[in-house]
Amino acid sequence: MIAIRFDHVSKSYPVYSQILTGLKASLLRPSETLRRFRKHRFTALNDVSFEVQCGESLGVIGANGSGKSTTLALVAGVLKAQAGVVEVRGRVCPLLELGAGFHPELTGRENVVLNGVLLGLTRREVLARLDEIVTFSELEAFLDQPLRTYSSGMMARLGFSVVAHLDPEILLIDEVLAVGDMRFQAKCLEKLDQFKKRRVTTVLVSHSLGEVRSFCERVIWLKDGKIAGDGEPNSVISRYEEAMALRPAGGDGSHVKS
Amino acid sequence: MRFPTAREREYLTDLVVVLTQKEIKLRYKNSWLGYLWSVANPLAFGVVYFVAFRVFMRLDIPQYPLFLLAGLFPWQWIANSTSAAPNLFLANTSLLKKVRFSRSILVAAAVLNDGVHFLCTIPVLVVFLLYYGLRPSWSWFIGIPVLVGAQLVLVFGLSVAIASLNLFFRDLERLTTLVVTFLFLLTPIVYSESMVPAHYRVLIYLNPAAPIVLSWRQLFLTGDLHWPTIAVGYLYAIVVCAIGTAVYAKLSWKFAEVV
Repeated sequence: MIAIRFDHVSKSYPVYSQILTGLKASLLRPSETLRRFRKHRFTALNDVSFEVQCGESLGVIGANGSGKSTTLALVAGVLKAQAGVVEVRGRVCPLLELGAGFHPELTGRENVVLNGVLLGLTRREVLARLDEIVTFSELEAFLDQPLRTYSSGMMARLGFSVVAHLDPEILLIDEVLAVGDMRFQAKCLEKLDQFKKRRVTTVLVSHSLGEVRSFCERVIWLKDGKIAGDGEPNSVISRYEEAMALRPAGGDGSHVKS
Repeated sequence: MRFPTAREREYLTDLVVVLTQKEIKLRYKNSWLGYLWSVANPLAFGVVYFVAFRVFMRLDIPQYPLFLLAGLFPWQWIANSTSAAPNLFLANTSLLKKVRFSRSILVAAAVLNDGVHFLCTIPVLVVFLLYYGLRPSWSWFIGIPVLVGAQLVLVFGLSVAIASLNLFFRDLERLTTLVVTFLFLLTPIVYSESMVPAHYRVLIYLNPAAPIVLSWRQLFLTGDLHWPTIAVGYLYAIVVCAIGTAVYAKLSWKFAEVV
């Protein structure tokens, strides 16, 4: 069964810096603003097609601005494609970056409920899993402390623990695969392995090629909004590495095409 | 169009409740003076208007402090919600970019929070009523829910439009502050309706906030409900809300692109 299907998907963004210059410009010269708005578009994805089977773990790699995050956002359903069809079957859970959707003034417990509900569970469902979540995070002692007293590692652990207990059908991971100290990171990886065994579809976007290699069964390499490689991790990653090595080394930004 | 399942309904209610609770908790979390603070602001303005208009300008309205607060407290709800609206979505950037949930719920929660907050100020009005030898009326039991309903719809409509548009035109925030101040002065809050010259009086009713605020004041001071005014208030609320949700519906799928 297919979990995610991209059928000739294109996505471009208006260059919003133009319109964000403000109300004044757009009110004074509406036609010009509209024209510029339509003309200056940044193409993030250009006619991309792929399918992800249920239970597959897919890695997406590529340089900055190659369309990786756009792909994730399209799967998550927060963006709409201009052209083509995006089909997603199953409940999507994004693994949020550090503390997104958390509030520093609320306690750990309150944040777990808030986060769980934002990610699509009802309050009853979150409360039923609260013990499990807290045990996994190993933060029992801090549960009723405001989140601002947590270290960033502790916050990330709590965030991961919530997502890990959401019963995702499709898991989206942007960069952060494992959080916390080494021991907790091992625990995260173990949890992700369990997901894999339970055939949870996973899409991992990462620059950490080692993680992609060890975690994913398949890799898609995006280059300037197009698929430059798709297949078995080792071969795609080594071709990607070769291509990256041909470019001028980082630091000399003036010659790097963004 | 299909009807939401029981779980979807439960989920939506939970989302509203949890987000509203969050706002309310945040308001009162860090200071045990929380409640006092929330009343102190309109009270402080009340004192300033009293000094300016009653003491200095000799405005002749009986029981002026009570008269002022009966309009100021409901106005405060409109003002607080609309001035906070521009930042509602901006403050949740990472969520908007990653999680698919009904974003208008963020607005609903903020508006409900300000509404609860307004209800909490009603006891202060009762104290003032008692001081002037007046008493709350039984009609409050009908009037308060009816007017809260209209005001919720109105303020939600305003806020959701402002919050959505501000993502695309970031300087809308400044404009909002300005317009809220204008509307405040154009709504009979520090002065009475009867002081407005007859041929300008129709202008009051061009202001979508005026019918509701006037109805609140009448309810608090006299216990009377003037249904035609309330009907106009509802009409405005529904029109504003329809426009607001239309703006939101048109723009919401682009939110993740611009935040």
